[in-house]
Amino acid sequence: MKAFLGFVRKETLHLLRDRQTLAILLLLPPLQVLIFGFAVRTDVRKIPIVLVDPAPDVATLELRDRLAASERFRLLAVAPSTQVLDAQFRSGSIRQALVLPRDVERRLGRGDSLPIQLLTDGSDPNTGGIMQGYATAVVQRWYTDAVPSGNGLRIDASSRLRYNPTLESSHLFVPGLVAFVLTIMSAMMTAISITREKETGTMEMLLVSPIRPSAIVAGKVTPYVVLAFVSVLLVLIAARTVFQVPQRGSLALLLGECGLYILTALALGIVISTQAPTQRTAMIFALAGLMMPTMLLSGFIFPLDSLPVWLRAISNVVPARWFLLIVRGIMIKGAGLATLWQETLILVGMTAFFLIVGSRKLAIRLG
Amino acid sequence: MSEHAIDSRELTRRFGDFTAVNAITFHVEQGEVFGFLGANGAGKTTAMRMLIGLLVPTSGSATVAGFDISSQAEQVRRRIGYMSQRFSLYEDLTVQENITLYGGIYGVSNRDIVTRTGEILTRIGLQDAGKELVREIPLGWKQQLAFCVALLHRPGIVFLDEPTGGVDPITRRRFWELIYEAAAEGTSVLVTTHYLDEAEYCNRISIMVDGAIAAMGTPAEVRSRHGAATLDEVFLRLTRPGAAA
Amino acid sequence: MRTVWFLVRKEFLQILRDHTTMVQIFMIPVVQLLVLANAATFDLKRTRLLVVDEDRTTVSAGLVQRLEGGRQFRVVREDASANEVEKALLEREVTAVIHIPRRFEEDLVQHRHATVQLVLNAEEGAATGIVQSNANAILAAYAAELNLTLPTVRNASGVTHPAPLDLRTQRRFNPTRNYKHYMVPALMVALTTIIGLLLTAQNITREYEIGTLEQLNVTPMTKIQFIAAKLIPFWIISLVIFTIGLVIGRLVFGIPMRGSLVLVYLAAIVYLIVVLGLGLWISTITRTQQQAMFVAFFVILIFLLMGGLFTPVESMPDWAQLVAQANPVKHFVFVMRAVLVKGAGLDTVGRPILGLAIGGFAILTLAVHRYRKTTA
Repeated sequence: MKAFLGFVRKETLHLLRDRQTLAILLLLPPLQVLIFGFAVRTDVRKIPIVLVDPAPDVATLELRDRLAASERFRLLAVAPSTQVLDAQFRSGSIRQALVLPRDVERRLGRGDSLPIQLLTDGSDPNTGGIMQGYATAVVQRWYTDAVPSGNGLRIDASSRLRYNPTLESSHLFVPGLVAFVLTIMSAMMTAISITREKETGTMEMLLVSPIRPSAIVAGKVTPYVVLAFVSVLLVLIAARTVFQVPQRGSLALLLGECGLYILTALALGIVISTQAPTQRTAMIFALAGLMMPTMLLSGFIFPLDSLPVWLRAISNVVPARWFLLIVRGIMIKGAGLATLWQETLILVGMTAFFLIVGSRKLAIRLG
Repeated sequence: MSEHAIDSRELTRRFGDFTAVNAITFHVEQGEVFGFLGANGAGKTTAMRMLIGLLVPTSGSATVAGFDISSQAEQVRRRIGYMSQRFSLYEDLTVQENITLYGGIYGVSNRDIVTRTGEILTRIGLQDAGKELVREIPLGWKQQLAFCVALLHRPGIVFLDEPTGGVDPITRRRFWELIYEAAAEGTSVLVTTHYLDEAEYCNRISIMVDGAIAAMGTPAEVRSRHGAATLDEVFLRLTRPGAAA
Repeated sequence: MRTVWFLVRKEFLQILRDHTTMVQIFMIPVVQLLVLANAATFDLKRTRLLVVDEDRTTVSAGLVQRLEGGRQFRVVREDASANEVEKALLEREVTAVIHIPRRFEEDLVQHRHATVQLVLNAEEGAATGIVQSNANAILAAYAAELNLTLPTVRNASGVTHPAPLDLRTQRRFNPTRNYKHYMVPALMVALTTIIGLLLTAQNITREYEIGTLEQLNVTPMTKIQFIAAKLIPFWIISLVIFTIGLVIGRLVFGIPMRGSLVLVYLAAIVYLIVVLGLGLWISTITRTQQQAMFVAFFVILIFLLMGGLFTPVESMPDWAQLVAQANPVKHFVFVMRAVLVKGAGLDTVGRPILGLAIGGFAILTLAVHRYRKTTA
């Protein structure tokens, strides 16, 4: 135990002395959360749209005003014909176009059919779908209000958006960023610091010392646990003060879960380091191997519900997926351990699995 | 243009408040083996790094092969060879590939690369190891190989920074034979070491203490000037004044 | 030129000999492209729905039937108390709850107007909006259907039918709505960028750490030769990775190639100079591989998250849009999507390619300038 503490001290001193790296490790995660929390929004706003209105009248002016007033749209122009639409779509200067027929007012009055064309840039099907939904809603609302009395039959939905009524992007994105950044940073830190010792040959020296290999690894990792935890605190403070992300659940539980997840990610880093002979391979594993899967299979950007069944099964092995549910659950939904015990248990299991695999690999290397 | 292979005048290097090399003045003759002695941290390596253009001097000047180290660094680089303290061939390339690489960088023609590769391998007894990864061959051979690679482009001056660190005595002997062979062909050699027995092999030596040259001359001159039987004694007296008196 | 050739050969020998790395840099992009191309979508299928039907009439049953009929919703549960609804949302058993009130049919018959309540788990932001518009579309369609078939009080009293709204929606460029056509180019760019940037960012730092850099620095090789020799091998490797991605995109995901492949490669060649040049620049400003990696990580994140790959640039705040203008990923992905999916020509993508070329030249100049053979 004494030898172990001495070893932890050595590693801590090591880390504290390298000011530049220390600053990077400590400040990079909060910085990333700040930048991306502001910059990245999954909702669609200010869609550049053109209204093609060959014969403006009272009814079409009303539609024009509604589009211009909407936050979601940026009405670029009202064109008399569809002539230049093609070129505008191709260059990307417009994303949507509404094409009205002539005689809108008269058709409404007489009860003639009202053919309206809605063109949407579908090259991004994701935002394409959202844009189409927005525009359809505007047109439908306008139509319902515009037809003279004796309306058609209507079924309205009064929507209640639970947990995030304003659909504020940052409230969802910030917890996601916490999970994402923590995964990569922690896994990369451990993987690199252990492979570095392997490369420079100092690992051999440590392995012949009387300290057990698992204790060596624990000693290497301990300072990083503390560091990552401080970093998480900074991130949470930023989330609260800058983005006003709600903290509906228990703070103690949140911190505990963060601590658990740091261990998971660090343990993953240990496994990587036992597989990687050099720092280069460790980095490619940790960064190239983890980055995109963590980004796309955790629900960070895209909802897990949209994955095909086989891929949803694969996503179960992504640790960030579970941590993200936990963080969103606690912060946004105010869930407690009674709701989140399964996710927590899965993380505990993963951590144990990584640690066992990691220390066995280390033992084999020794023998 | 200076007649000397190396001519250093008041060469100085400071790092912040710390003076690593303090106004050293010396010269190295053509074809001479010149030894830089000193304890770890005495400034030997810093001095050498300035002469080969890796480090900018704080003040003072020097010429190497007749060219000024500050204003004519590129001409200097063409005319010198260097073997660093840390082993610096590529471990993940074969012996042959390393030789070819440095031959290519220094503009040695393809035909010369081939013949010189053969010469080098024969000289150090690695004829059959040309296709082996450098990682796989023993340290002693690696060092000899690094030395031969430093001489590949036939530089007028070669700088060796503690070339025999961690090498067994027999290989050290062998290494010094290689140095003599090079000197005999007219190459000037500047070598740093902290092995005092190696100093006896040098034509002239300088002992550095705290960044300054404390003694200089042939080994015999240095010994007699300090009234000592061995260089060991001289060294102890200079580095720990009072201790050995 | 000869010097560069020898150095390039050396880099190739080194990387080809590192089997682990070779396997990694080719397998990771291939596997991830194949798998993740299926992931990047907001196309919600079979949203888990809880139905609380208090009306229990044929009309309300019809609505439930319409909701179940499409592929957007899946009714996983019916009837629940308010507490149970709350719990189902909290535990993510369901994503949406539709509450049909007691007088639903009666309201429609009497007033031709009724309201249902839709409760959504808004935990997932943009996805919530899509669920919402999916539900609204089904409601509107059902209303239109009832408009003609349901005998209503006012209808019987002889009110004329209003002008039917005939809203025809059309998606340009990707009429099949295949999001893979949109995402595969972006993923290819992302993966190539990650690998290329990592390899170059750690390269010079690694030689510095090992000590071989010093040996190179005493040689007469020039700075430009050095940077060129570090760039070329990774440039070729990245182009190979990119090509593999393109082949997979075509053969496996059937992405259209409406425009000219020459344009795509022209853009790729220029773009990779920017990315690899940036990697080399990172490598010249950092002292350890660890530092190099964290800086590279930061840069990659900015590239990917602020490049409009997965989230629209238009939604970003103004300052971030400004930053995005300087993001090479944004321009390259734009060119790829425009040329491949929309069949755009040089008139559309000429400017971004020129921009990338200028950026590449600038970053290489910076890397050469920053690289020091001599310590001051």
